[in-house]
Amino acid sequence: MGRIVLDKVKKSFGEVTVIPPLDLEINDGEFVVFVGPSGCGKSTLLRLIAGLEDVSDGVIQIDGKDATDVPPAKRGLAMVFQSYALYPHMTVRKNIAFPLRMAGLDQAEQNKRVEQAAAVLNLTDYLERRPGQLSGGQRQRVAIGRAIVREPAAFLFDEPLSNLDAALRVGMRLEISELHKRLKTTMIYVTHDQVEAMTMADKIVVLQAGVIEQVGSPLELYSRPRNTFVAGFIGSPKMNLIGGAEAQKHNAQTIGIRPEHIEISTTEGMWKGTVGVSEHLGSDTFFHVQTPISEEPLTVRATGEMSLGYGADVYLTPRPEFLHRFDAQGLRIE
Amino acid sequence: MATKHSRSAARLMMAPAVILLLGWMLVPLTMTLYFSFKRYLPLRGDSLENGLQWVGLENYARFIGSSAFWPSVQATLVIVGGVLLITVVFGIFLAILLDQPFWGQGIVRLLVIAPFFVMPTVSALVWKNMFMDPVNGILAHLWRFFGAEPVSWLSDASVQSIILIVSWQWLPFATLILLTAIQSLDSEQLEAAEMDGAPPVKRFWFIILPHLSRAITIVVLIQTIFLLSIFAEIFVTTGGAFGTRTLTYLIFQRVVDSQNIGLGSAGGVYAIILANIVAIFLMRIVGSNLDR
Ligand SMILES: Nc1ncnc2c1ncn2[C@@H]1O[C@H](COP(=O)(O)OP(=O)(O)OP(=O)(O)O)[C@@H](O)[C@H]1O
Ligand SMILES: [Mg+2]
Repeated sequence: MGRIVLDKVKKSFGEVTVIPPLDLEINDGEFVVFVGPSGCGKSTLLRLIAGLEDVSDGVIQIDGKDATDVPPAKRGLAMVFQSYALYPHMTVRKNIAFPLRMAGLDQAEQNKRVEQAAAVLNLTDYLERRPGQLSGGQRQRVAIGRAIVREPAAFLFDEPLSNLDAALRVGMRLEISELHKRLKTTMIYVTHDQVEAMTMADKIVVLQAGVIEQVGSPLELYSRPRNTFVAGFIGSPKMNLIGGAEAQKHNAQTIGIRPEHIEISTTEGMWKGTVGVSEHLGSDTFFHVQTPISEEPLTVRATGEMSLGYGADVYLTPRPEFLHRFDAQGLRIE
Repeated sequence: MATKHSRSAARLMMAPAVILLLGWMLVPLTMTLYFSFKRYLPLRGDSLENGLQWVGLENYARFIGSSAFWPSVQATLVIVGGVLLITVVFGIFLAILLDQPFWGQGIVRLLVIAPFFVMPTVSALVWKNMFMDPVNGILAHLWRFFGAEPVSWLSDASVQSIILIVSWQWLPFATLILLTAIQSLDSEQLEAAEMDGAPPVKRFWFIILPHLSRAITIVVLIQTIFLLSIFAEIFVTTGGAFGTRTLTYLIFQRVVDSQNIGLGSAGGVYAIILANIVAIFLMRIVGSNLDR
């Protein structure tokens, strides 16, 4: 149930190749997140898996069977769209029951399953409403409800939370994670929000221009990014990437150090710098420090509250065990 | 338009338009009502200056009592209903076709809209002489080519012919409105339905058709208003013969052919009543459809 294998899958729109041949294995029950900058082909990849786009080349296997030419409805996958794509003229009950109705289940069975799903998603009180009378979060849950009643082999989510406000997003994030723990069904989740990626995923797939840059668990990606792109993409705030003479000292083209792995001191340290903007979050304070070793200011995290005036002199010391080194191709040096 | 002040300002600004429209509507209406209670036969010397004879409800009784009345109501409803059915069904069909990407889309769309720009008189004449003429018409040639006896359309299938001509004129309108409605359908909804296991026919039935319901009611409403008063198409083709005498045409005959203005006015009042009955029906449907 729910093992998906992509073998040299390629997608072109006319002349433009959006996804060059790509291999990927998604194991049963895994929560896989596709992340990458806008336009890198995340949605396209998801739609290829769903069957909403035809592959230009390659093979998609679902549970060991070749599904490349299988129509979307027969792949046993359920998708939650960014716009939710609810049917506006149907009540919540009818929306959730729609896939069951299409599958020809009898009315009693439909009702049973809809009510089960509604109970899981806290939608019981809203079953007779239309989507237009629901809040964004409720609509989102209806869309998820419509997906879970089918008991699919895998769920596909395309940026399902991007239309919600920040607080609701955190709540829904937890709900989806919880749903995954309970159902233990494969989930593929597209997002460009890397906090979502880090918190929800068993496995993150980092994409750039249709190419997989790295696949791994969130902590693997965090602690051992395979190249400078992944290093800069994963982690918030971004890793500091430093080139030039300072990198040469470490026998690398580029070195990277995360903001949380730099000690900041007003008295002594390796790099001298001046404080620019500081961002106070309460739990942490982020300083943007201009140093002679790089053009870009370095971002430094201090835990808790710490006050340094604009233009103050500080000293920075990277913790050597957390220093990442990259070669001229941008690849990691162990 | 929230505050009291802005509301009254709005009323003031709209007043001239409302008064003009009201006058526009009320003057002919009152005159029709006035004439309908009078004996007014200009050929017999009746005229407004000499004063018209009050005849009470006699005109109404005569109009409805004439053997031509009920058939004309029936003809009106058959023609309006037939045209609505054809334009809506084919309009949906064409709209779906035109929504597909294909080569030469722009030109085809223009061609589909073209009939709407042809004047009713002209299009009726074109149909009458070029298509439906039993001797020289294209259809007659076609029939003969297949060895069949040409049909004299306008006498043997007169109502159907009128419906055909009027439908041809109104199809572009329906298609256009329905096309814009189809284009406003979120494609993700169709994709969601596809993933939910709905084959194309069910996607049409459960997603596209409900989405179009508003546009369809609007097409029906607007077309009905115009179709109740079609005239030129009948005038230049059958001249009201062979069962194509609609209420509008009957009134025209009473006023112009028999020069009986009182009787015609009474017919006009009946036409207003008929139009209102239809309008109330439609408003009910539209109302429940537009509320959502
Ligand atoms: N139907 C199409 N025809 C041509 N090009 C397309 C089509 N769909 C997508 N593309 C192109 O493919 C690329 C990837 O698009 P895709 O929608 O997969 O990006 P994405 O990673 O989902 O981005 P976002 O985060 O903004 O949603 C883009 O450059 C886009 O312009
Ligand atoms: Mg996308």
